[in-house]
Amino acid sequence: MNLRDLSAVQQIEEIRAGRVSSLDLVDAHLAAIAHDDVEAFLAVDADGARSRARAIDAMPERPPLAGVPIAVKDALSTRDIVTTSGSKMLEGFRPVYTATCVARLEAAGAVVVGKTNMDEFAMGSSTENSAYKNTLNPWDHTRVPGGSSGGSAAAVSARQVPWSLGSDTGGSIRQPAALCGIVGMKPTYGAISRYGLIAFASSLDQVGPLARTVADAALLLKYVVGHDPMDSTSLHWPTPIEVPTATDLTGLRIGVVEELMGQGIDPGIRAVVDDALVQAEGLGATIVPVSLPTSLSGLATYYVLAPAECSANLARFDGIRYGPSADADTLLDQYEVTRGTLFGAEVKRRIMLGTFALASGYYDQYYGRAQRVRTLIVREFARAFAHVDVLASPTSPTVAFPIGDRTADPYSMYLADVCTIPASLAGLPALSIPCGMAEGLPVGLQLAGPAFSENRLLDVAHALEQAIAFDTRPPGLPQ
Amino acid sequence: MIDDATVRHVARLARLRLSDAEEQVMREELSGILAHIDAIQAMDLDGVEPTTHVVELENVLRADVPRPSLPRDEALREARNTVDGEFAVPRMD
Repeated sequence: MNLRDLSAVQQIEEIRAGRVSSLDLVDAHLAAIAHDDVEAFLAVDADGARSRARAIDAMPERPPLAGVPIAVKDALSTRDIVTTSGSKMLEGFRPVYTATCVARLEAAGAVVVGKTNMDEFAMGSSTENSAYKNTLNPWDHTRVPGGSSGGSAAAVSARQVPWSLGSDTGGSIRQPAALCGIVGMKPTYGAISRYGLIAFASSLDQVGPLARTVADAALLLKYVVGHDPMDSTSLHWPTPIEVPTATDLTGLRIGVVEELMGQGIDPGIRAVVDDALVQAEGLGATIVPVSLPTSLSGLATYYVLAPAECSANLARFDGIRYGPSADADTLLDQYEVTRGTLFGAEVKRRIMLGTFALASGYYDQYYGRAQRVRTLIVREFARAFAHVDVLASPTSPTVAFPIGDRTADPYSMYLADVCTIPASLAGLPALSIPCGMAEGLPVGLQLAGPAFSENRLLDVAHALEQAIAFDTRPPGLPQ
Repeated sequence: MIDDATVRHVARLARLRLSDAEEQVMREELSGILAHIDAIQAMDLDGVEPTTHVVELENVLRADVPRPSLPRDEALREARNTVDGEFAVPRMD
């Protein structure tokens, strides 16, 4: 038995049955990370992970997550473990506190083994905007893993960890999950505390799980949702997250988003998603077409709102309180040179775009209008959910693209998020599950539901996952 | 479209020092992106209120009681320059 082929739920069972220890599991995964041929990790805390595993193994009663290893996106602060958010601006930065979601998982018995690569400050769809290195897609090392949580997705796909945490602002969990053939979920806006998440666009940012099974994603989610006094936008969660068991979809109404099944979506992707919908019908679901015409304006809306918010959030990076800084004679010079030198090209582009959209003379035309389009998108989803229980679409318009293919044209990269952005703008829960292959690469099916419908979404995804029986193991992955 | 003066003005507002070459690339790229974004200019938004927050929350309050904050030495430990327990910066003009 290869321990790394086990899901997190199975690993917990093995520990509980006394067949393996947490240390066995942590060591098996650390050995794989030591030969990290997909460059998923920015930092590995082998000693810390081993010592926590030993401590859990010595407990008379094991905690719920029993010492199973996990990886954490480098946008999440981890006390004393270098946290860079993929940026030179935070090179060597050791946070003085741990993000609430990470602390909750540790308290539940998960063992953090390291921090995963990402697009700088989570801005990107390929992880190529990392200031440190490219992460490779485990299915094809010449292709991107998606982004911005590309390291978290690649690490799970390559079985360096059974699960991981990512963050999703416009698709940064779901899109890399789709491109790497795994499960990724962005919960309802406010579900998970963002205390310790390095902020990108605060009206959109959400933390969420990546895993190889829907049950694992649900189990992870179960331990991180809920109000945190340190994040006043975090919600009191109404009903506990359940690990899904559904195998039947009788009575379920699935709306297929017409605008995301036409022009701009690769035909190969559409065919695989159509097959998945036929499977859903076979399980008893009713498939109905749904039109969300404003959703196509989501991309333009997002690329006003997210840069505007990032231009404010990233104002804190001035080289004074943390991170490196430029030498300068005056304070203004220090600000400008530090930021001009240490931010990467995409981050500077978005800060400029956002500052422009908020500037006097342009505010109403850009930021103000985008906020109003957002209202139309929120309303459109609400109308759709009066008739259907969940909405289905592809997660990504294409399969994983070659490294370097889109770096010269920023907007071509932005198009990678066209399917995932609408649910982000409306604050809705959405997940991606692998549903088949096109061009020899994984295809993701996105399911979105009304706010707080996580348990239903997970049930639907689980039932479909069983029917589709996608093999998440990339070919060529060493045994 | 964005002109050079606008790029320089916005870069100053954003506290970003850009090289001449960066300014030119930025002008071209921002103009290209705005050409796509301008799709929202033609939309009928009469009477539509802006959305600032997707979940209805108001007046999130906490008990007004003192609690420990970050110790001063920890708050300062990641700073490159400190003097007498405070952040140090170059002179302001």
